[in-house]
Amino acid sequence: MEILVCIKRVPAVGSALILTDDSMEVDTRRLGFQLSPHEENAVEAAVQLVELHGGAVTLLSLGTQEAEEQLREQLAIGADRAIIAVTDGTEPDPQATATALVEAIRADGASFDLVLMGSESADVGGYQTGIRVAHALGLPVVTNVKGLSVDEGVARCERAVGSEREVFTVSLPAVITVRDGLNIPRYPSVPGRIKARKKPVTTHEVTLSAPRVVKQQLVVPPAAVKGTVQLTPDAAGATALVEAFREIGVLS
Amino acid sequence: MSTLPTSAKTVIIGAGIVGNSMAYHLARLGWRDIVQVDKGPLPNPGGSTGHASNFLFPVDHTKEMTELTHESMRQYKEMGVLTECGGIEVARTPARMQELQRRMSSAKSFDIDDTRILTPDQVKELVPYIDESVILGGFYTPSVCVVDSLRAGTIMRERAMEMGALTVSPNTEVLDVEVVDGHVVAVVTDQGRIETDCVVIACGCWSPKIARMAGASIPLTPAVHQMKDIGPVPRFADARGDIEFPIVRDMDTNMYERQHGTGLEVGSYAHRPILHEVEDIPSNAEAALSPTEMPFTQADFDLQDEHSLELMPEIVGDESVREKYAINGLLSLTPDGMPILGETPEVKGLWSVAAVWIKEGPGTGKSVAEWMVLGESEIDLHASDIARFHDHHKTREHIVARTSEGFNKTYGIVHPMEQWASNRNVRLSPYYEREKELDAVFFETVGWERPFWYESNAPLLEKFGDAVMPRTAEWEARWWSPIINAEHLQLRETAGLVDLTAFCIFDVIGPGALDTVQRTALRQMDVPTGKVVYTPVLSPNGGFKSDLTIMRLAHDHFRVVTGGAHGMADKKWFTDQLPADGTAQVVDLTSTYTTLGIWGPAARDIMQSVTKADMSNEGFPFGTCRVIEIGPLRVLASRISYVGDLGWELYLPMEQGARLWDILWEAGLPHGMIPVGIGVYGTTGRLEKSYRAYGNELETEYTVVEAGMQMKKVKDADFVGKAAHLAQREEEPTAILCSLTVDDHTSSTGEKRYMLGREPILTLDGQPITDRKNRRSYATSAGSAPSLGKHVLMSYLPPEHAVEGTSLLVEYLGEQYPVTVARVGSAPLFDVANDRIMG
Amino acid sequence: MILVHIDHDRGVLDPVSLQALTVARSLDGDVHAVVAGDPAPFAAELAAHGAAVIHVADHPAFSDFAPQATGHAVAQLAERLSPAAVLAGGTARGNEVLAHAAAFLDAPLVADCTTITLGSPSRVVRARWGGNLLEEATVDASLLLATVLPHAVPAEPADGAGTIEAFAPELTDADVAVRVVERLGAKAAGVTLAEAKTVVSGGRGMGGPESFSMLEDLAAILGGTVGCSRVVTSEGWRPHAEQVGQTGTKVAPDLYIACGISGATQHLAGCKNSKVLVAINTDPTAPMMQVADYAVVGDLHAFLPVLIEHARAAASQP
Repeated sequence: MEILVCIKRVPAVGSALILTDDSMEVDTRRLGFQLSPHEENAVEAAVQLVELHGGAVTLLSLGTQEAEEQLREQLAIGADRAIIAVTDGTEPDPQATATALVEAIRADGASFDLVLMGSESADVGGYQTGIRVAHALGLPVVTNVKGLSVDEGVARCERAVGSEREVFTVSLPAVITVRDGLNIPRYPSVPGRIKARKKPVTTHEVTLSAPRVVKQQLVVPPAAVKGTVQLTPDAAGATALVEAFREIGVLS
Repeated sequence: MSTLPTSAKTVIIGAGIVGNSMAYHLARLGWRDIVQVDKGPLPNPGGSTGHASNFLFPVDHTKEMTELTHESMRQYKEMGVLTECGGIEVARTPARMQELQRRMSSAKSFDIDDTRILTPDQVKELVPYIDESVILGGFYTPSVCVVDSLRAGTIMRERAMEMGALTVSPNTEVLDVEVVDGHVVAVVTDQGRIETDCVVIACGCWSPKIARMAGASIPLTPAVHQMKDIGPVPRFADARGDIEFPIVRDMDTNMYERQHGTGLEVGSYAHRPILHEVEDIPSNAEAALSPTEMPFTQADFDLQDEHSLELMPEIVGDESVREKYAINGLLSLTPDGMPILGETPEVKGLWSVAAVWIKEGPGTGKSVAEWMVLGESEIDLHASDIARFHDHHKTREHIVARTSEGFNKTYGIVHPMEQWASNRNVRLSPYYEREKELDAVFFETVGWERPFWYESNAPLLEKFGDAVMPRTAEWEARWWSPIINAEHLQLRETAGLVDLTAFCIFDVIGPGALDTVQRTALRQMDVPTGKVVYTPVLSPNGGFKSDLTIMRLAHDHFRVVTGGAHGMADKKWFTDQLPADGTAQVVDLTSTYTTLGIWGPAARDIMQSVTKADMSNEGFPFGTCRVIEIGPLRVLASRISYVGDLGWELYLPMEQGARLWDILWEAGLPHGMIPVGIGVYGTTGRLEKSYRAYGNELETEYTVVEAGMQMKKVKDADFVGKAAHLAQREEEPTAILCSLTVDDHTSSTGEKRYMLGREPILTLDGQPITDRKNRRSYATSAGSAPSLGKHVLMSYLPPEHAVEGTSLLVEYLGEQYPVTVARVGSAPLFDVANDRIMG
Repeated sequence: MILVHIDHDRGVLDPVSLQALTVARSLDGDVHAVVAGDPAPFAAELAAHGAAVIHVADHPAFSDFAPQATGHAVAQLAERLSPAAVLAGGTARGNEVLAHAAAFLDAPLVADCTTITLGSPSRVVRARWGGNLLEEATVDASLLLATVLPHAVPAEPADGAGTIEAFAPELTDADVAVRVVERLGAKAAGVTLAEAKTVVSGGRGMGGPESFSMLEDLAAILGGTVGCSRVVTSEGWRPHAEQVGQTGTKVAPDLYIACGISGATQHLAGCKNSKVLVAINTDPTAPMMQVADYAVVGDLHAFLPVLIEHARAAASQP
């Protein structure tokens, strides 16, 4: 199977988001970077499918050369090659993202049985890249997948709805967006890291189309001003909490 | 929610291993009303302590670090947080194998027994997952251990609270430190202001920022060291504890590997130096992990992946063993690699306990607490004293240059005489250009470029032949030249001119000046104007705080001259002794006056030829000073001699130094005068005369009596350490400083070997020598005594061995050489009657 | 006119769709709804929340969820009716359907909006980082497609005629190829995590899987379910279905009890819409403790049994 996994380099944040002075970006000066969380599961799924069915995993990231750091790490866990669709570093809106990814895919020329992505990115959270890419490539798309298997050219996809699972089947080639919970992503081994240094990372320059959703500024939502009632970890605290439970109405 | 006190006896800033140790030990020594703050939460506020690898290797070439580590281990053990696992430093190169022998020696010198050198197979027995074909051997220290530093910190904090001595306020950020008239008066936090006249900065990487708030300087930089945790390791699957195999230090690759539960932690000091500004450190909220667990940069670890794979292929090459955790961890680095401890010279009441690693944390807490409460610490902290820094040391450029250069030497083979390469040529004497023309080989001390020897003197090698005691072995020939010994011999024959501009010079002036110097000096200072006094300076416990020269220039005017290396600490000491009523001041003249020395049998003739002043023995007795005219120059001449020959130290304004050099040069040439470097001045001259050196023989650990430097009488005037000194004079010394000569230098391969210092002295059956105070005998100084044709070592020996003629052994790079006690006490070995100096 | 896509699961209405109706009403009095499949079970409710017209897309594919087909139907209706905007609830399905519609219409889509202002250009405020950051943006489009951040605006009743109008969308084979073909697992005996009124959640501080039995007990007494943080699922202590967070499930219960959870942004993103937040932690400065309504500083292993005892006693009283 030839599988393409699209990944995005996002900051690894703690419990507070600090903005740049112009309030247009998260200040990443003191932060490291990682894959957008669902995407680790996408890469893991791709590597597992190739282990089972043979083939290769290609990674694609839209952004700057710095994404090589994340790509090398995913190459270390078993992907085979990577492409950076290099932009001028400005943030594309969701439509421009999809357009640029499709351009890079076409420029690469390989044909993929499966295109995997995260269901949404950790930072922007637009929920639409996978669907737009699928439309552009004329492929079916299943989103929010938490269970995936491929057999004889058909992908069987499970989505979690409460405690039930919905099952979709699509013929490959297809686009599938996945969620955390699909699998437990592996971490690289040292031999994996060493091999990754020799795997090819190529670049393809893309020009981003003008955004139709134009970011004006970012705002950290004000913390809800409320007093936190401090309680002691004893019978007195338990009594106070139970009283609160009663007020809320959760005690039958 | 703030219950922050508004005043305190002392405020400790920082709740890592150091701050917690300080809180406990101050409380234990009786202080109360201590407030400890940290901008992070408890128990782990997010500093370096929180992610430390937590292991202690006690063997170090530095005595001070060894003692601090030893004391820390004792405390960790007492707290029940210590697990002994053993540690092995492995060698991949022959040069490293020699270095491991050196570590064996240091272990013996500083009281760490049970160490041994292992063959690769023996290493493999202890660490079965190592590839022994990659190594040549290992140095095994069974007492290497791992500690739970977070738990230790909590225990110490709780103990202080149980004593009712401590209030702790986490999540409290210091915004300012208020200083009035050079003294700290308050700490301002985001939870309120605390009035206090004593502040302890124990916040690791953030210490420089806090110090700057007060107008003081703590010259360290946050820096990265990388660590990667991989697992689960099949071999460690049944691990019951944190660590069951010895820690391995892969010295030649600057890495370590240790078991960590079911995983293997791989650490590196091999990457490019990655320094951070304090402003780059994220806050607790912003950080993904913690402020000092910064994002890992794999690119910097690529080579280390390969090295760890080479050494431990069983684990690292197992594809099922995965990265669990990897960080660029922050720690503090200093320009000279030593911690930064003590009251800041700039602000009174502001104490620094910074750049301290887990390994020496509790020991440092105890020591600095003793310093604060008792006036002195049991362990001599002179190498870590914050007062040691000169101005240029505090600049960002210097800090960055030296920490960068030093970082990759963390596990390096560092020669005892090794010179820094970075940030040279900061302080140049007036004679620098002339010295360059004479092909001086410059060594640096506290920024000054000093000729160590002159290549222009090379023709002397032929003249003196084997008397220069040539060295064939690469190690001791490094950073050395036989020209040094040739210069020595020539000086003793004619005369030598020595550049001593690196001296620290400061005046004590005012009506209270005599009181000040009386209080600091052991010797009588109420002497006539024009007298020069060489005197020890004692610590409260009667040990050596320094030794230096004081000249009385006028009734209310004394001039102190001391070595550059320790001079700034001396200056602070004198400043601390100034009377509170302001009747005396200390004025730093280091950069105002330059010093030239001229010694040798022909020195008098040379000097007399350039001045009309009476330079005869009657006219200018030894131990006196006066201003003389030399050409257009008025020069303060002082008749003393650290090289042990006839001559003078000459002080004059810096801008006139070159002229003096030229005058003396012209006058000296016909007498056969040569330029002479510090190789002679600092070592060969003094060893022949049994002159002691501060930092070598003289430390707070040894008394004046043990060093053989007591005077016949003790002055009536009071001075620091008087009571202790008087008591020590009544006791039998526990050890006596002796000079030993090496009888036979021949190694097992037939080559002549020459010791460099710090080697253990052993009995004839190879046992270490320990005195009743549990101090080991080791070479405090070592070097050539060319006029004697001998290699001389100094060592403290217990009375049973301190007998002239006694035969002993010195162990050097794994072999033992016979030595004889040549002198017990301070009488010279050469020119015993001191005819040259006094004549 | 504002068109609102209404999501339902075989006749069970998604409550967030009602929130979308409310937001639509705030933009324009004339609100239409579009439903794929039979709206009979909830048509009255739609009308009671202001839907003037309920457009019913009639096609066999809509007997179950078919996202692309639904999106295409919504797109075709929008082309015919030219609303000022098309809204939906920002649930997984709502975002998916509107993304398809946006692709068909080649129009921008802004997801998870908290505020919408129509105009030239339209302005929105939308959630980034799971709601930990807000983005103010302008949208250059004559037709605004937007989903509303769940629980940002509560549903409010409003009078609507609720007139039903059926239409037959033109769907391709490709459109209908992606649909639910099978269902696995049983509906849980209790209530799902996303719908539970009470969630008792555990984090790293639980120390291991065994301690979660206490949370199960407490959840049972309070008629709720057990949740957990990402660390817990990474360690394998609890199944991923219980994970609360940006990459797990976002919950908005009446009561959220966080035990031994520090409160990283990605977890807060999943629970900060809870009406009442209780946090139990040994660290008083943990972010979760700062945003909680009730904070208990202490060891959960000691306190939870006490709380359970008290809750059980109170529940058994009339």
